[in-house]
Amino acid sequence: MAAPDHVLSIPGQQVDPTDHAVVELCADLVATMRVSPGCVGLAAPQVGFSAQAFCVDVSDHPKARTTHGLIVLVNAGLTEASRNEKAREGCMSVPDLTGDVKRATKITVTGQLPITGVFVEISADGFEARALQHEIDHCAGLLFLDRVAGAHAVHARRVYQSAPAS
Amino acid sequence: MALRGEIPAGRQRYYWHNARVSYLAVTVVGHDRPGIIASAAAILAEAGMNLEDSSMTLLRGHFAMTLICAGKTSAAEVEAALLPLVNDSLDVTVRELPEEADQPSLGEPYLVTVHGADRLGIVARLAGVIAAAGGNITDLTTRLSNGLYVLVAEVDLPVAADVDELRSEITRVAADLGVEATLRPVERDEL
Repeated sequence: MAAPDHVLSIPGQQVDPTDHAVVELCADLVATMRVSPGCVGLAAPQVGFSAQAFCVDVSDHPKARTTHGLIVLVNAGLTEASRNEKAREGCMSVPDLTGDVKRATKITVTGQLPITGVFVEISADGFEARALQHEIDHCAGLLFLDRVAGAHAVHARRVYQSAPAS
Repeated sequence: MALRGEIPAGRQRYYWHNARVSYLAVTVVGHDRPGIIASAAAILAEAGMNLEDSSMTLLRGHFAMTLICAGKTSAAEVEAALLPLVNDSLDVTVRELPEEADQPSLGEPYLVTVHGADRLGIVARLAGVIAAAGGNITDLTTRLSNGLYVLVAEVDLPVAADVDELRSEITRVAADLGVEATLRPVERDEL
């Protein structure tokens, strides 16, 4: 799914993490993330489902500091956020543009695990924190375009590079 | 993704009745006041011209806007429609452009920053160094404020460019000009 598809701009529904369909959706997200080169996260609206489910895995990314490996969360939200930092973001759902976005570099996220529905709390920093906020935004119907830092903070990208810049 | 031979969704509406679509460059420069953009945009919409890319800022307090619009109205007609905007202090130009495919970037984006005491030729010298390295400036802002000159440029450098060589050349020219300059890759987080 790519903007301006409507599903990317409406808040995803809360879903039952123990529901078989939701578990399947989560598995789908992970599988799609794994086969997309350079992809470090994917949210349900990006594959056409308006639901609060996403996965993130920054463990192979050169910019990651601490990492939790594969994270798959349902109905997740930010409970703490501090130390904002601006960086340029690209998104598979907005393939031709990048944008400068300020995000917290230290966050706490709570959400539910698929299958069991257990509530978990994750503290993340740096690049992983940015990735988590980007995916939580997707689940809330927000794109980086909704958070850009100014009128000159959106940039044309002439070539989409799926692999992280070395 | 459009299949080969299909018209990309965003462009589809321009191909009704196979009418010729023209791309017009419109510039509006002059004394700033509230409502210039609203008026210009309303006139262009009325003329069936779709605003595509546009950029507007204040340059030393002057209103400065450049935009590309697409539609079936001719440059002369659009210019005539925009005439009510024109007065002693606001200037409008309209010019037809050949349709240009987005140039694929051949290189990686870099950011050049310069600051220092204002003097003649800072942009000329540094842009010359960048051009000599095959770099293409894709975005440029300069500001002069109380004798402090600031330049920020985004530059696409060819993959084959010797970045270290360019950096030392920029440093050399900057030292010659008595300004501070940096060249660094534009970092981008793909999420």
